[in-house]
Amino acid sequence: MSNTSPSVVPSGAKPKPFITPQRVLVYTVLTICAVFFLFPLYIMIITSLKNIQEIQSGNIFIPTMTPTLDAWEKAWNSACTGLYCEGVKVGFWNSIKITVPSTIVSIIVASLTGYSMANWPFKFSEVFFTILLLSSFIPYVVMIYPLVIITRELGIYSTLPAVVLVHTIFGLPLLTLLFRNYFASLPQELFKAARVDGAGYWQIFFQVFAPMSVPIFTVAVILQVTGIWNDFLFGVIYAGPTNYPMTVQLNNIVNSAQGGKAYNVDMAATILTGLVPLAIYFFSGKYFVRGIAAGAVKG
Amino acid sequence: MDRPNPLFRNLNSKIASLPMMLIVMGVFVGGTLWTVLFSFTNIKILPIFTPKQWIDGFVGFANYKRLFNSDRWMSCPAITKIGQESWQFKCTGAMPNMITYAILAIIIMISLGFLLAVMMDQKIRLEGMFRTIYLYPFALSFIVTGHVWAWIMSPEYGLQSAMRQMGWESFSFGWIADRDMVMYAIVIAGIWQGTGFVMALMLAGLRGIDEDIWKAARVDGIPAWRTYIQIVLPMMKPVMVTTFVLVASGAVRIYDLVVALTDGGPGISSDVPSRYIYQNFSANLGQSLSASTVMLLSMAIVLIPWIRMEFGKKSQA
Repeated sequence: MSNTSPSVVPSGAKPKPFITPQRVLVYTVLTICAVFFLFPLYIMIITSLKNIQEIQSGNIFIPTMTPTLDAWEKAWNSACTGLYCEGVKVGFWNSIKITVPSTIVSIIVASLTGYSMANWPFKFSEVFFTILLLSSFIPYVVMIYPLVIITRELGIYSTLPAVVLVHTIFGLPLLTLLFRNYFASLPQELFKAARVDGAGYWQIFFQVFAPMSVPIFTVAVILQVTGIWNDFLFGVIYAGPTNYPMTVQLNNIVNSAQGGKAYNVDMAATILTGLVPLAIYFFSGKYFVRGIAAGAVKG
Repeated sequence: MDRPNPLFRNLNSKIASLPMMLIVMGVFVGGTLWTVLFSFTNIKILPIFTPKQWIDGFVGFANYKRLFNSDRWMSCPAITKIGQESWQFKCTGAMPNMITYAILAIIIMISLGFLLAVMMDQKIRLEGMFRTIYLYPFALSFIVTGHVWAWIMSPEYGLQSAMRQMGWESFSFGWIADRDMVMYAIVIAGIWQGTGFVMALMLAGLRGIDEDIWKAARVDGIPAWRTYIQIVLPMMKPVMVTTFVLVASGAVRIYDLVVALTDGGPGISSDVPSRYIYQNFSANLGQSLSASTVMLLSMAIVLIPWIRMEFGKKSQA
């Protein structure tokens, strides 16, 4: 117990780690939880490496002795969605076609809006911003039908521009908050000095603020790419069958049980669909955490 | 000199914010109003809003009555035992399913997330590795999460059959095929996906607490666990409220996870409001819109603690 020893060193790292019951308990709990969180990843990988006989006769926990990438090849190239048998690769390219423009458009709109809110407030700008923030809580299904009408009247329903527009709309609240808070945290002397030198709205944004905002743009890109890549609902409603994103294709592949379920192919398709956000997560952990925390810490 | 028109003051800023203002007014405010207003009409197709259509189609609360009379949305029959009156009810349908999921997800995710955050805060080794492991599911799509857990929990080839093969003949885990248990199966998948996120928020909250508090508690000889419960936990109230609102609003919205994991099955025993609304789109538009309005109200209830906190902050300042 700590109160028996004189507390000369109140805190900080101890010179030598002791094995105490508390430490054992902490590491045991953390490890058990880690096993729970890793378990599905392990199951996904070993299942995708089996052949179908091994799945029907074998044990879900036990990896195969003869791993094969056949299921991966089939999932990518020739798994059936019910309509056609071209695998998830169609969905992969569709997801890219949806994600890239949606990310770019939403970040342009949100960064300018956040900049206006932080540095160039105008009458009622706070009112708009408050409504915008509250809007991030509107359940998506409430907006489905109005957006069907809007995209239909614009003549883009069931096309790529429709799904890009919808992602831009729903990305706006969080991204604007992110940019507004960031621009508001920059030293205001900088803004004033640029004003005194005669720089206007666009000049300050492009020549002063944008170059020093690379981290926040990175966070925004990560947030949008993972969010849009993982979307299902908007893709299925607004994109139209020829533009179905990867998540929709995956769902169709798993649900179309033609001639018995091929769980190895399903799991390979599942990993493939999760690969892009997982890669982003593993290579940019710090920014990813910052992005999700930014949504939670309201300014 | 002429005074410039105030409308053109700060013009660039207004031009740049124009898309946002159009989206706020046209989509968020306009769309919400459209849904709420037309939930009181008997429309069958999707009109653009015209006052005439609304007045012609006005039916009052008829859609809401039908909605709450629908067993698929909500039904709470009394459990009757032979020979005696009973006041016990068992609710089924999309709305009770969502509430069950929300309550369990909130309680389990927040307590497990806090527990993990406290353990991560013990100056442990490999903190980065543990955090990466706990948080990676949050990067995945609900569709991916749903299909993995559907496979693991599949009674035919999953956990149940594996345990039986290994000699535990009586082991039974068929929740996703069991009408009474299927919502708990969805809770497991939801917890797997979101607990790391809650842990990350809580850990940020713990790290934000002043070191001096810890020193003071240590000087007073208060054991660490009591410091956590009696001092740190109350100080984390803002983080707790934020976490509650985020987890609860996610639960109200739940859709993709159910579609991938059970697609509402077996039967319709794991249906949720979002799925109900989407499924009734063509057949029952009025009912679908009234269900959307009920969801909007549910979300408003979830937001109350957050609004109170924000409002309270302002009145103190």
